[in-house]
Amino acid sequence: MSSSASSQPVVHPVGSARLLWTVLATVAVLTLLAYLVAFDQGAVSRSGMYLHELMHDGRHLLGVPCH
Amino acid sequence: MPLTTTTPPFVAVLVRGLLAGLIAGLLAGVFAYVAGERHVEAAIAIEEASTHAEPAAGAHDHEDALVSRTGQRGGLFLATGLFGAAMGGLLATAYVLLSRRRRGDDDGRSGLLLAGAALLGAVIVPFLKYPANPPAVGDPATINQRTVTYLLMVVLGLVAVWAGSLGYRSVGAQAPTWLRAAAAVGGFLLVTAVSYVVMPSFQEVPADFPATLLWNFRLASLGTQVVLWTGIGLLFAALMHHERRRRAGTALPST
Ligand SMILES: [Zn+2]
Repeated sequence: MSSSASSQPVVHPVGSARLLWTVLATVAVLTLLAYLVAFDQGAVSRSGMYLHELMHDGRHLLGVPCH
Repeated sequence: MPLTTTTPPFVAVLVRGLLAGLIAGLLAGVFAYVAGERHVEAAIAIEEASTHAEPAAGAHDHEDALVSRTGQRGGLFLATGLFGAAMGGLLATAYVLLSRRRRGDDDGRSGLLLAGAALLGAVIVPFLKYPANPPAVGDPATINQRTVTYLLMVVLGLVAVWAGSLGYRSVGAQAPTWLRAAAAVGGFLLVTAVSYVVMPSFQEVPADFPATLLWNFRLASLGTQVVLWTGIGLLFAALMHHERRRRAGTALPST
């Protein structure tokens, strides 16, 4: 992933374009993960209601609307 | 630049946020299991009693057993662990994005402040408007509306915290602390109050649902989130402190 970065001098990373994309990708992946735990109804995970039921008690006790 | 030695790269912070979140999530799972699982069981018993009494009325998908109750109790730890890791990662991202504003490197303090802000804005403010509901409470017909309004309330809660910090900073640094605190509380309460009034309410607790069970479940649910965010804040602060010392040890002694 960072083969080209090894030749560059390490500077203060905040503000570079590559960091921006890393941050955006990270936020997207983490939001998807939280979604799968807290809100999935099978449409995104393609698992039917399996994930929904597996996470059921966690969703209730984390305070997320369930049903 | 000595700045690089005090500011770890994004990935290093992210990994620590994910780790803090995963551990805090598992701890929250333990709390939820001990404090909340029996209330979930009691609510499911009520739910099943009512569906069996009147099978025609909107059959529920809780007992068609894609996942057994034992599986769901185990899934609790999976859910809180993964959710915690996601929240820890997002906290770490916010930490890096806000690090440009930070003067000096008080890593522990700002990590804790961020976790406290998240607890207040993303948990406590939404909870007071849309408290957690056990099984058997809530009309399945409104689940989509309730999910959207809940998520909106999380966003509004975070906006309220942001308005508070804006109020704190808008009053000059030379002003007395009580005045800055008052501006912060004022900004926070203004946004919170307006959103509580504007957002719709849902009254869907069945009339015969035991009030003590509802109260105990909600306390356990709130406690789970408090454990989660307290854990994320403390663990993230500790891991960042350790990282900072490690980097300071390998760098030239400049300070
Ligand atoms: Zn449920």
